[in-house]
Amino acid sequence: MRTARQPASFIPPLIFPVALMTVNAAGLRSSTHLQGFPTTSFLAFALAVPFIQGALFSTMNAGTDIARDVQTGFINRLSLTTLRNWALLVGQLSGVVALGIVQALFYLAVGLTAGVHFASGPAGILVLLVYAALVSLCFGALGAFLAYRLGSGESIQAMFPVLFVFLFISSMNAPRNLIGVGWFKTAATLNPVSYMIECVRSLIIVGWDPEALLLGFGFIVLIGIVSLALASRALRLRMTRT
Amino acid sequence: MKLWPVVSGVARRTLKNALTNPQIVLPTMLFPLFFFTAFAGGLSQLRHVPGFDFPPGYTAFQFVFVLLQSAAFSGVFTGFGVARDFENGFAKRLLLAAPRRVGIVLGYALAALLRWAVVATVLTIVAFAVGMRIGGGPVDLVGLYVLAMLVNFCGFFWAGGMAMRFRTIQAAPLMQMPVFLVLFFAPVYVPLSLLQGWIEGVATVNPLTYVLETGRGFIAGNPPHVLAAFALAIGMGVAFWWWAFLGLRKAEAAGG
Repeated sequence: MRTARQPASFIPPLIFPVALMTVNAAGLRSSTHLQGFPTTSFLAFALAVPFIQGALFSTMNAGTDIARDVQTGFINRLSLTTLRNWALLVGQLSGVVALGIVQALFYLAVGLTAGVHFASGPAGILVLLVYAALVSLCFGALGAFLAYRLGSGESIQAMFPVLFVFLFISSMNAPRNLIGVGWFKTAATLNPVSYMIECVRSLIIVGWDPEALLLGFGFIVLIGIVSLALASRALRLRMTRT
Repeated sequence: MKLWPVVSGVARRTLKNALTNPQIVLPTMLFPLFFFTAFAGGLSQLRHVPGFDFPPGYTAFQFVFVLLQSAAFSGVFTGFGVARDFENGFAKRLLLAAPRRVGIVLGYALAALLRWAVVATVLTIVAFAVGMRIGGGPVDLVGLYVLAMLVNFCGFFWAGGMAMRFRTIQAAPLMQMPVFLVLFFAPVYVPLSLLQGWIEGVATVNPLTYVLETGRGFIAGNPPHVLAAFALAIGMGVAFWWWAFLGLRKAEAAGG
């Protein structure tokens, strides 16, 4: 409800990734002429990026909202009630997941309207939606951890560039086999965000690629487990009844 | 009444805030470096696209874009500071205290320029450290940095004008988005001649395209349409200067 009441929380995650994708798809169209480029449509190649970029926005939104609850003392007041910690965390993250699914449906609609063909068909679209929900949940948990730990909206916003590094130094604009700079290729290979993008991308341009799917789901589940554990611990410390 | 004490006072205070607050200095420094890394590192194979001809290489090609982008955004981020000053009431005290209020705008503009100078220095060092090659001489490089300086003024006067009209940081997207769009509707990744479709039409009428192409020409040693690029940059600077001073009048009329 809180997210729905604040247009500033849900409009930028919808519009900004699509705007960036549109501009990049137009500007980078010539890169499809490179030998080894996996598709002739750069838009199909780039469509995977908004799914992950939108989830990064979810991290920031979840973090900023929760940090506001910490700053205003709302969490302190909740700690006086019998509310269980996990119920609070699940409640806060469910909004992030709902927004993640809305974002994914929006990106899908934009892609399909622009003529992108899904190589994996309708079942692939379903898998993509499940993946988008999972990514939102896991990144939302990361945002929650940062918020409980830092307790300040400004500090969460200051983390934004740090999270963006992972997106920028990945295979978001070029397939890893076509990255010419050695250190960048190594960094992109070590970066889990590359595998998340490639997981979504494989459903769009390849079809059913078990390796890409396994790596994509594997990394996000791993990040999710770690983030949820950290968020639970940080919340427990924040809600310590004294 | 002297102007300089107002200009220097506002500039010193703004610069101190901008360079000592990690929440402000980090995005200003990191974003250009991220863009440079992502574009020059991740897209370097674009130099093999048929028709791409830029002798100094793709790193230099992207360096010019990121330099101009950092110039514009240092101006925009300083505009955020103006909005914040109005929001928390500091600007009202500044308007009361300044004998010549024009100095307030010029002070912020000077701070924007010095703030960008720090970013540009770091960016240039990083670019040379990763092996950027240049074909132009010292005069060309001066031309490039002067062009970027004009872009910095445009970015600040645009954002400062918006900040003085809306007087709230909630206007930040209005300051930022148009600048972002103008920058990305230019030939960012490949030269204008290799763009296709709607982006080619938009880039052709985008004044920043010519500033960017001239900047890239400076670094390659053969700048095209130099006069047109400087005329456009100075023309936009004068227009946005006017825009910012009208904004100051509106802020004065509203009582800060």
